Amino acid sequence: MKTCYINGVGCISTQNTFETEFLSEVAINETENVLFANQPSYKEFIPPAAIRRMAKGVKMGIAASTKALKEANMEMPDAIITGTGMGCVEDSEKFLQAILDNNEEFLTPTSFIQSTHNTVGGQIALGLQCKGYNFTYVNGAVSFETALLDAKMQVENEEANTVLVGGIDETSKHTLDLFKLAHLIKKEEDKPYSVLQSNTKGIVFSEGASFFVLENQKKESSYASIQAVSMISALEMDEVQNYIEAFLTSNNLKASDIDAVVLGNNGDVEFDGYYAISNTIFQETPQVYYKHLSGEYNTASSFGFWVASNIIKNQELPEAVMMNALQKESYKTVLLYNQYRGKDHSLIVLKKC
Amino acid sequence: MSKKVAITGMGIISSIGNNVEENYHALVNGKTGISSIENFETVHKDVIKVGEIKLTNQQLAQQLRIGTDNDFSRTAMLGAIAAKQAVENAGIQNMNDCRSGLISATSVGGMDMTEKYYYEYFENEACRKYITSHDAGDSSHKIAEHIGLKGFVTTVSTACSSAANAIMLGARMIQSGQLDRVVVGGTDALAKFTINGFKTLMILSDSYNKPFDNNRKGLNLGEAAAFLVLESDAIVQKENRKVLAYVSGFGNANDAFHQTASSENGEGAFLAMQKALKTANLKPSDIDYINAHGTATPNNDLSEGRAILRIFEANVPEFSSTKAFTGHTLAAAAAIEAVYSVLALQHNVIFPNLNFETPMVEFDLIPQTTLKEKTMHHVLSNSFGFGGNCSTVIFSKN
Repeated sequence: MKTCYINGVGCISTQNTFETEFLSEVAINETENVLFANQPSYKEFIPPAAIRRMAKGVKMGIAASTKALKEANMEMPDAIITGTGMGCVEDSEKFLQAILDNNEEFLTPTSFIQSTHNTVGGQIALGLQCKGYNFTYVNGAVSFETALLDAKMQVENEEANTVLVGGIDETSKHTLDLFKLAHLIKKEEDKPYSVLQSNTKGIVFSEGASFFVLENQKKESSYASIQAVSMISALEMDEVQNYIEAFLTSNNLKASDIDAVVLGNNGDVEFDGYYAISNTIFQETPQVYYKHLSGEYNTASSFGFWVASNIIKNQELPEAVMMNALQKESYKTVLLYNQYRGKDHSLIVLKKC
Repeated sequence: MSKKVAITGMGIISSIGNNVEENYHALVNGKTGISSIENFETVHKDVIKVGEIKLTNQQLAQQLRIGTDNDFSRTAMLGAIAAKQAVENAGIQNMNDCRSGLISATSVGGMDMTEKYYYEYFENEACRKYITSHDAGDSSHKIAEHIGLKGFVTTVSTACSSAANAIMLGARMIQSGQLDRVVVGGTDALAKFTINGFKTLMILSDSYNKPFDNNRKGLNLGEAAAFLVLESDAIVQKENRKVLAYVSGFGNANDAFHQTASSENGEGAFLAMQKALKTANLKPSDIDYINAHGTATPNNDLSEGRAILRIFEANVPEFSSTKAFTGHTLAAAAAIEAVYSVLALQHNVIFPNLNFETPMVEFDLIPQTTLKEKTMHHVLSNSFGFGGNCSTVIFSKN
């Protein structure tokens, strides 16, 4: 079985992460309950004429994937696999609103086409003229992890040598309003918002795109290798520890082998109890959190994956993401754990290569 | 290459039947499910035909016994019904007695509810329960809960090839030993969103769809859900399962031509079929029947026809599109057509391509227009979606 290496990354987030050195510019925003992506200039990635009509998610996806491919020194991957929780919601809204406001008349197809969930993966393939395997997963907080699991399988089982994999989600006005109505987003009056030690419900909502090039060979540009990916649909809080321990055991690991644990705490007091393992089996482990930087969205864990990859590559744990004061000499094995509202739990193990 | 994967259960609900038996009965008796839309209002109702399931949401909820105050979208309800049937058909008592999963597929998700309540949400608190039912993954979670599964749950959404891709991932996870059992398939309900979407693309027919006919005008949208249960050889032996058929090969490729139209020479379709044959370790001459994507749009049937000729050359086996029966059920299409492919193998019968009258001028391809008995071993099923997503799955008797 081949090993799966991460050889290129591209990250667009609410932070300035696209062309800067890893977390060199960090801005914590505790007063807004919706954070928007720091989008690059798209001119160098997309023809100007196309930029205007292109969905935000598609633009972010194309830019992030181009960056990842460039870093990996690759022109054409064998496969493209994407994950998105909501797809291109801006275009979905545009089309739906037009239907409702105009009584199903005077409609044009552009928004409809861009509202199909696989449009990001499809348009990346179109731009690269890549005729290989192309899948899109849309399942809440494991959308990205499913893409990763599939990509890893492709590389390990020699179905593909190189896979471009990414997580994308965009915000959109009406959907944000609905999420506020459904009490998913932090209330205005509850600010300032903090991810750690929060005593309020809801999350700070956001958007972004993180892409990675996975290959079956190690390169200069290699960040880490992916040892394992696991997902489970739902767990009670008191089942998490067993789930994690069983996963570690099946991968010949113990909690003490983990040099850093990257957790998806998002400041929702109702659900952050899922990360109580930080006080039990990982009490002595350097802990990392990231959603205070990225905000929360279905594929925010791809930002966490980007953070973990960089920690292993640089062998350094930046202060900006330190959840406890612990550090280690070296970070050989990193565990990531994420979930959303008690569902879509995922575990990933990355190794130094 | 990889070993074939056993199918031990199936479930389906479509406009031609509420379960496997009813669907089979309609197929062999040439009874189409295409009609005028009744379940909701649309300004287009007199100029389109659809493959509508003649059950209201209340009736679906009753069948599922989920009470009137549920937060299921129609997509989720159809999916739950079909998945439950499949699990019962396989004789599974406890979904969690081994490493189990559900890989569903949908393009509509909860849009049928979102479009109903889009503005009303702000006035009416009671309907807000549907806000979190909008995304694709929510329907899969509801289906998983309904069949009592706590395990690997995910959703594929690649437009009209979605369910084929769900079947593919499921088969690969069994083959690589990551799962012992996985329920795979898809579900999509009719919605104003998709009706209007396809209308703006000008590929809806105002009449009964005519796949591969020279005078075809476009597709009829449909709604449906279908699931297969795939299980490992070890489980099949342990539980003494009756194997219905096998998933023996599959392939996915990207046309990389245009966001919605297929390339002239059907490159994506050709590559998908080629990959499927390769993974199945079969030659084109081993295929006994092709269940075509055959949406009856001018573009698809031409592109697919060309791809079929490139693969099979002078020896194209019998082929038909069953979309003249059910309409194009989008993300569920490949799942219901998987069920039909298995039925074809079980009963050694090829289902007719209804409404065909005039051969296409571009080439020499005539679909099977009557029900035909033929001893069969391998059936090839095509599903092609927007974003150039082309998928082929091969089903085998043993």
